[in-house]
Amino acid sequence: MTETERHEYDVLVVGAGGAGLRAAIEARERGLRTAIICKSLFGKAHTVMAEGGCAAAMGNVAEKDSWQVHFRDTMRGGKFLNSWRMAELHAKEAPDRVWELEAWGALFDRTPDGRISQRNFGGHTYPRLAHVGDRTGLELLRTLQQRVVALQQADYFQTGDYEARLRVFAECTVTELLTDDDGAIAGAFGYWRESGRFVVFSAPAVVLATGGIGKSFKVTSNSWEYTGDGHALALRAGASLVDMEFVQFHPTGMVWPPSVKGILVTEGVRGDGGVLRNSDGDRFMFGYVPDVFKGQYAQTEDEADRWYDDQDNNRRTPDLLPRDEVARAINTEVKEGRGSPHGGVFLDIASRMPAEEIRRRLPSMYHQFKELADVDITAEPMEVGPTCHYVMGGIDVDPDTGQSGVPGLFAAGECAGGMHGSNRLGGNSLSDLLVFGRRAGLGAADYVAGLGRRPAWRSGDVDAAARMALAPFDAPSAGAPGENPYTLHAELQGVMNDLVGIIRTEAEMSVALERLGELRGRLRDVVVEGHRQYNPGWHLALDLRNMLMVSEAVASSALMRTESRGGHTRDDHPMLDPEWRHRVLVTRCDRDDPGGDPVVPRVTVEPEERVPMREDLLALFDLVELEKYYTAAELTAHPEGGAA
Amino acid sequence: MSYTGRFRVWRGHAGGGALADFEVEVNEGEVVLDVIHRLQATQAPDLAVRWNCKAGKCGSCSAEINGQPRLLCMTRMSVFTPDEVVTVTPMRTFPVIRDLVTDVSYNYAKAREIPSFTPPIDLAPGEFRMSQADVQRSQEFRKCIECFLCQDTCHVVRDHEENKAVFAGPRFLMRVAELEMHPLDVSDRVAGVQDQHGLGRCNITKCCTEVCPEGIKITDNALIPMKERVADQRYDPLVWLGRTISRRPR
Amino acid sequence: MTTTARGVDARGRAQVGARNLRTDRWWLPPAATTVGLLIFLVYGGARAFQQQYFFADERYLTPFYSPCVSLGCASEPGSAHFGMFLPDHPLIPYAALSLPFLLGFRLTCYYYRKAYYRSFWLAPAACAVPEPHAAYTGETRFPLILQNSHRYFFYVAVIVSLVNTYDAIVAFRHPTDGFVVGVGNLVLLVNVALLWCYTVSCHSCRHVMGGRLTHFSKHPVRYWLWTKISALNTRHMLFAWITLGTLILTDLYVMLVARGTITDLRLIG
Repeated sequence: MTETERHEYDVLVVGAGGAGLRAAIEARERGLRTAIICKSLFGKAHTVMAEGGCAAAMGNVAEKDSWQVHFRDTMRGGKFLNSWRMAELHAKEAPDRVWELEAWGALFDRTPDGRISQRNFGGHTYPRLAHVGDRTGLELLRTLQQRVVALQQADYFQTGDYEARLRVFAECTVTELLTDDDGAIAGAFGYWRESGRFVVFSAPAVVLATGGIGKSFKVTSNSWEYTGDGHALALRAGASLVDMEFVQFHPTGMVWPPSVKGILVTEGVRGDGGVLRNSDGDRFMFGYVPDVFKGQYAQTEDEADRWYDDQDNNRRTPDLLPRDEVARAINTEVKEGRGSPHGGVFLDIASRMPAEEIRRRLPSMYHQFKELADVDITAEPMEVGPTCHYVMGGIDVDPDTGQSGVPGLFAAGECAGGMHGSNRLGGNSLSDLLVFGRRAGLGAADYVAGLGRRPAWRSGDVDAAARMALAPFDAPSAGAPGENPYTLHAELQGVMNDLVGIIRTEAEMSVALERLGELRGRLRDVVVEGHRQYNPGWHLALDLRNMLMVSEAVASSALMRTESRGGHTRDDHPMLDPEWRHRVLVTRCDRDDPGGDPVVPRVTVEPEERVPMREDLLALFDLVELEKYYTAAELTAHPEGGAA
Repeated sequence: MSYTGRFRVWRGHAGGGALADFEVEVNEGEVVLDVIHRLQATQAPDLAVRWNCKAGKCGSCSAEINGQPRLLCMTRMSVFTPDEVVTVTPMRTFPVIRDLVTDVSYNYAKAREIPSFTPPIDLAPGEFRMSQADVQRSQEFRKCIECFLCQDTCHVVRDHEENKAVFAGPRFLMRVAELEMHPLDVSDRVAGVQDQHGLGRCNITKCCTEVCPEGIKITDNALIPMKERVADQRYDPLVWLGRTISRRPR
Repeated sequence: MTTTARGVDARGRAQVGARNLRTDRWWLPPAATTVGLLIFLVYGGARAFQQQYFFADERYLTPFYSPCVSLGCASEPGSAHFGMFLPDHPLIPYAALSLPFLLGFRLTCYYYRKAYYRSFWLAPAACAVPEPHAAYTGETRFPLILQNSHRYFFYVAVIVSLVNTYDAIVAFRHPTDGFVVGVGNLVLLVNVALLWCYTVSCHSCRHVMGGRLTHFSKHPVRYWLWTKISALNTRHMLFAWITLGTLILTDLYVMLVARGTITDLRLIG
């Protein structure tokens, strides 16, 4: 085939969000030639959407805070399914990562004594989130971006070339990872979005930092980039995924108008007095307090209203139940016909406080609705419904180095699994990507340093990848109608949203897997118009491969886990089951299966045992609490649990 | 409420192009980007447009609508009458790649030319102490989502290609202001902003401020204060006299 | 105008055909600005050289003649508060000491610069509307580099504002009736108050008072001043136009009273 653009690097970072940039910075600082490859322009990654803050137990506001408390909060939030080692590293290292940002120019909001201010958030015992208003993600990403530029400037002074050791390949999409005969990483294959030309990278280490999978769902707070690329690339390269059944649905996303469907409505609206109502005007959440929470939430509207002013003598409003409970309640109201005109419920703050007060306390929400939807939240209620927000599952990695099962393949951020267990706490994702982005960069650097020779990719793989990428331009097989990628995408989103969404049943998921199978067949006949230069239809056709593969992983895992926990709710198995706590669902694909589907290789899901928590960490919890989640046999390691 | 909207979208590449007419369904509550997406899905699958978050937070979908630099995702269809023709073109200050997508590498090149944040060398991470009053000016500038609409609308480069070499544009002059006002930045940026980044070419006609989707007061809070700081150093005879007498090095 | 492609038609940029596609009435604001500024210039110029009807009711001095320092001010006894020393010549305004600086203050003002660059110089007439000039160097060369002198005009403008304030205060003292308040007093007072608003809301003032500091937290008083001036500064354009209006109205009032066209209504005394 024709001459293909080639580059040689030590470390290839796929994705330029927080995790990717932090990994690249670390690899470059260790002296390695590093490339960052991202689908969008540099500085546009989804990290900018994070609002609330970055959790780190710095103790600036609450001196009692410590890594142990943060660790406990994280494990509880994830319902004890988290990789405890990741949760430990995360809690211990997050403060250093935040302080480091400050040295690179970040300007967080300050405490009166000049330190970084920290705010309260759901699930965090103490005020812990470093923040800048409600645009913390933007601050974090911009700081990392500017740090990359600073390193490039340093190289420029030394070598006269900004890109001597750290280069950003923007608007470049990786479609396949390349491995050697032993399965070790040897490089990556991709295309420039701008020109459609192919590009081959030779590198012994690849760090995947591609984010989530939200674009497989119809209603999502995620951007188009979230097509599960890293998940799928890792699977096809031979790595495994864990916990793919756990997808976090935020209960309050906008549902109307269509232009903003899925965009998040911050929990702060409810925290500040906003209430959920159905079409009858009832505050329905009072009917949805589950037995386990009965004592902890207000039972009358009067008491709930008093709680805002006097939290010591009243119980909090059930509008502030955990995310999964609220999402489930909204779902039920809509299904039973008491929803809003556009399939959500009403979130009302307009009738709760004066307009001026709303504008003062929720400026960005006021602005968001006014600018994007022409809705004045001081005069009318918002329509909200659950929206796909975050995937807890991801690439199975070694907690300390971020290395996957494939030699030379690393992952960090949302596309890596384990850290958040079955449910992520707000604020833990920004700290996650800093801590594990750095560790993955470090892991990759160490791996490359210890390598005897650079792996060479298997002959024929580059040509195969090129053929695969160009397939959508081919005419469909005889007799088959050419499929439109936009139509396929819309159908995929419908299947995942309606059948593998927030509430799941065996029957619906079986149908979903069947429908996904059909889509897999139709994807082979996908046809795109036009040529290769900046052709969004073609880009989508290629992204669909990944979305389908990841969707199958989600649906298959969800079908297998017969319990409800965190971001996985089964209508037919509504209870938490301790026997499922110690089991992890692992997704793999057999890439060399001769009878397999080359476009979307089939995945298999198998349960495996989790590594038991280290004793000193287990001892951080009360036995009483652990007994709710653990089987008796597992608790013999606890200092008080020896008798069991 | 739906209607058939009339759109004129520029289609082409560096070699040439033209406005193409479309009739397309428009629904209540939509923004221009929704309509562009509908065009992609139904009539022009290869229509190139750059976008990401669709919530006005990433600054990717910059273009010009009826001649005005705007974000496609933040322009509601309700600002147009149903019989109005909506014309969408790419940003006209940067080279076009295809359809609505332009080559914005000018901006990344300028970003590299600005010396990075320089903290005091004796300050370790975790030891930074800054008061809210001291950081809030720079915080306003850090709201920037780098949509480059200010760069697009600035006549200094929009109307004079040759100025691109010597003018960093509002976004990056503001970046210099952000660092200059940073309470812990020890580098002097005043000479650079005038000599290297071309602040003198700004004639404060405020189009950058007008088009900023984040509502940052670029001219009043960044550019004019920088011009005043330049005046402090360059055009203030009292300061000059004081310096000459005390022989303080510049 | 050259025929080679430049600006939005430069090589590589999208060849759209039309130089600008704005559908709104973008020409209206620059046109209105031109008209407004011209009205003021013509009126102010005519009045500055008229050399009569500038002092009314033995106590109201129009701001266009303040401070009245020409030997010609003797024609209106009591109008010169700071002595008479400039020669009485038709080409030398009676307030020749202050008018050039006031004109300079407004010419170099960051708001007026925007206004006349857009309306008179069309650089640019409106956002995303191409400007007609082949080359552009902004404020990097003579004469526009002189715009950097704005702060000096500001300092003088403060002194002139003090003089205007003095004029407004002494106007309460009638040479024969003692302390009196007439409508003219209120006119002068409102005018001078708005002049102060325009003067202190100036960008240079904002810079000098506190904006130049890097550490507000170490200078609480100057920080406080800066926050107040910043709040006023957001309305600098508003004050720029209001004061053009009030200057004309104040002068017109004094002139009409001086000519005897109208009589000043006495409110107190």
